[in-house]
Amino acid sequence: MELKSILATDCGSTTTKAILIQKIDGEYRLTYRGEAPTTVEAPFEDVTRGVLNAVMEIEELAERKILDGDEIMSPQKNGEGVDIYISTSSAGGGLQMMVAGVVKSMSGESAERAALGAGSIVMDVMASNDGRLPHEKIKRIRDLRPDMILLSGGIDGGTVSHVVELAEILHAANPQPRLGQNYKLPVIYAGNKNAQDQIRTTLGDMVDLDITENIRPVLERENLEPSRDKIHDLFMEHVMQQAPGYKKLMSWTDAPIMPTPGAVGSLIEMIAEKEKITVVGVDIGGATTDIFSVFEGKFNRTVSANLGMSYSICNVLAEAGLDNVLRWVPFDIDRKELTNRIGNKMIRPTTVPQSLEELFLEQAIAREALRLSFIQHKEFATSLKGVQKERTISDAFDQTSSGESLVNMMDLDLLVGSGGVLSHAPRREQSARMLIDAFMPEGITQLAVDSIFMMPQLGVLANIEKEDLAEEARTAALEVFHKDCLIRLGTCIAPVGKAKDGATVLAAEFAMPDGSTIHHNLKKNELYRIEAPYEPIQAKLTPDKKMNIGAGKGEPIETTVYGGVVGLILDGRDRPITIPNDSESRLAALKSWSEAVNEYPNTNS
Amino acid sequence: MAHAYTPGLKVLHHTIVKKNRRLPIKGKVTKNIGDILNPNDIVATTDLPGNVQMVKVANLLNIGPADVLDVMMVSDGDSVKKGEMIAQTEGMFGFFKSDVKSPIDGTIESISGVTGQIVMRDAPIPVEVDAYMTGVVKEIIPEEGVIVESEAAFIQGIFGIGGESRGNMEILVKDREQELTADLLNESHKGKIVVGGSFISLETYKKALSLGVAGVVIGGFNYYDLEDILGYTLGVAITGSEDLVTSLIVTEGYGNIRMGSRTYDLLKEHDGKFVSINGATQIRAGVIRPEIVIPLKDDEIPKTPIHESEEKGIGEGSLVRVIRAPYFGRMGLVKSLPSALQKMESETMVRVAEVEIDDDILIIPRSNLEMVETD
Repeated sequence: MELKSILATDCGSTTTKAILIQKIDGEYRLTYRGEAPTTVEAPFEDVTRGVLNAVMEIEELAERKILDGDEIMSPQKNGEGVDIYISTSSAGGGLQMMVAGVVKSMSGESAERAALGAGSIVMDVMASNDGRLPHEKIKRIRDLRPDMILLSGGIDGGTVSHVVELAEILHAANPQPRLGQNYKLPVIYAGNKNAQDQIRTTLGDMVDLDITENIRPVLERENLEPSRDKIHDLFMEHVMQQAPGYKKLMSWTDAPIMPTPGAVGSLIEMIAEKEKITVVGVDIGGATTDIFSVFEGKFNRTVSANLGMSYSICNVLAEAGLDNVLRWVPFDIDRKELTNRIGNKMIRPTTVPQSLEELFLEQAIAREALRLSFIQHKEFATSLKGVQKERTISDAFDQTSSGESLVNMMDLDLLVGSGGVLSHAPRREQSARMLIDAFMPEGITQLAVDSIFMMPQLGVLANIEKEDLAEEARTAALEVFHKDCLIRLGTCIAPVGKAKDGATVLAAEFAMPDGSTIHHNLKKNELYRIEAPYEPIQAKLTPDKKMNIGAGKGEPIETTVYGGVVGLILDGRDRPITIPNDSESRLAALKSWSEAVNEYPNTNS
Repeated sequence: MAHAYTPGLKVLHHTIVKKNRRLPIKGKVTKNIGDILNPNDIVATTDLPGNVQMVKVANLLNIGPADVLDVMMVSDGDSVKKGEMIAQTEGMFGFFKSDVKSPIDGTIESISGVTGQIVMRDAPIPVEVDAYMTGVVKEIIPEEGVIVESEAAFIQGIFGIGGESRGNMEILVKDREQELTADLLNESHKGKIVVGGSFISLETYKKALSLGVAGVVIGGFNYYDLEDILGYTLGVAITGSEDLVTSLIVTEGYGNIRMGSRTYDLLKEHDGKFVSINGATQIRAGVIRPEIVIPLKDDEIPKTPIHESEEKGIGEGSLVRVIRAPYFGRMGLVKSLPSALQKMESETMVRVAEVEIDDDILIIPRSNLEMVETD
């Protein structure tokens, strides 16, 4: 079926965002967007109110009738209505889960990966070997009141007693769901298949038990898909049914409502697969920071639940330490004054930086929030732990073991940022700098931001399963992703290795689209920007003999790179980036890096 | 007239305050509609299920899990006393018997032949909910609690720690600019809610704690001093469950900031009254602000109509407070709300308000303004 128009909404905890996608001259484009406050809480207590308000804004802008009273007109007829309507949701705090496994670093971690991949917030990972006594675990389950529990443990055919013991703890805790007192807590069992009967007997009628395939049928293999699907089903069937207005919203949509991060994750996964690239995506919000990655074809998502730019800004300060935040601030400030200012942002989270000084502080904190979230992500996105590897004599000096991080910055092709502080930075140069300083890409890496955080809506669009719609919807999602969703910032080119101060680390030559050629010898610790559009540019990159730009130490590369609104950024700084300790040199270094990319106004004064 | 929605803090001389007083699980409501309540009156009671103990019988007796059922001397649901024998092996020829004794007074909840352990539960824990403030039972929530209603003066703070508290209120400073210093506190303030002006230091707050002051209401406090009180760094503003003798309500923010004049004047008007306060704060969607409830006696209720929250947002003529640097803490009147986006010094493009502050007209992002809701 040809889709002429698509309406998609994302119901966030504070704002409901609607977009209209239309087929114009044979290609799908984002045409209008609207937003309105989310109406899940009192006095409205009906999510559809906010959806209608956001859609009404689109109607006004597009001068097109979409609503007939309180209903979405579908399919499109005579330029009115839309062909399909879809939505994601993270309202009411999103999907909050607790997961359990027998061994924390094995089935516990697999269960966590499944829950995160499905778009939930993991409140706690309980395991037989997590060091807590049974009564402590029971108290924790009672206190947390999750929306759903995923119970796993044991390989198929292995011992049953440990996982049954977890079920007994669960039973003793008698967990109550967070929303609504009148339904049973959904529990998914995805462990040793031989224990299914005992699990049924143990948990009995107390919870709403659903049994699916083992998440870790053998040690060497994870099987996350069935659990992820089950989580999505139960999210729709149980959790969403309890949230005000969702029954109505579900009756409107042409595809199941997905949890927002789940939709983003599946979009990133699809892009990586289609284009055969490695991707890291980040969404930094007020309360949490989500990171998605695809390396070696494996998708991972982490949520740093308490690293964000407003509600949890003080936690960034606590976890990063004041010194790490201060190192990015290009002026001297009293430490107590700084903590009070950050504290005031936490208790007044909706404020914006009016002065340049406030912007410096906010972006300094953003760098640390992103850096810490990425560290957490790298630690979690690993190969499977507990797997025995066959070794030969040639591996004798290779100290690698199971559980290594999959994230390899030299292999990273595309880094996408989204969330207020990245998407709405006054200058795109600031977004690029924050991404580079926090993620520290190595070699050649394209940078982009999601201008209006459209990825959730595109993710659910790409996931439509109805046969007659699926292919067209996927095409639409990809077309809009490339043409309207991403703002291409440019490419970061960063050689890695050890060099002396003042040494040249890279000789670069670019054949620019206008026919000119640009040469630059990049010095250690230098940041250099070449303005260039998002068009193919032939690059010849020759690193110093101790430096690597992707092909090995001293090995030159000839390749195609792309500019963008910021251009090509050559980064000669160390990995990790070192910032001088003494105040004078630190301020001088920050100033020179800012000026190199024209990051802030008046940095000369 | 243009409007911008920016939630503000309430400073109301006369309003209806309703409080939901509910049990965490179902139980018994002990009051009826129309009952007049004092803050300490119990309105509902219940028993929380006791803590759970798991006893690994199979391990203790050195037998297989499946054999546990054969050695148990008690069954599901039985009550047992601490030290009572609950399982015993047959031994050999009647000798060398091993046994397991109950570690607690409680009941047997389940016996498992798979894991070889039993689940025991302590005696139930009684829970009571009180009325929190002087008022009348307006509504009964069957088996859960009541809704208490009170005609009162009502003030919200921006941030607090410590939960519910109550006591006679005493203003200890000359004006809203004076810091609440340690020398102003003495033994007579035990159990009272004391009000200071611009700031309280950590040292003074600690003195309040040691004196057993029930609560402190103040303009500002240092963020970094919270760690000393709480024992951890406060990363997200979700508070209320701290076990503190002295609840703290900050009305303006972190730092040394004089208390808003309306807040201070209203508190001063009720100096000496019995008030209920709650430091619980939750800054997330579904925000909860700390509060001071000053119930009014019949003869104190003003003739003016009860203030009802309009939540209409900031309009021309609104009284607002700036809540971010560089004009943090200053108050003024909105002169106009231009609709076009304007570029700030930071180059951020925002919707702004023109605000008259001390005879100057300042351009300030609307989202950096807080409406002062007053009556």
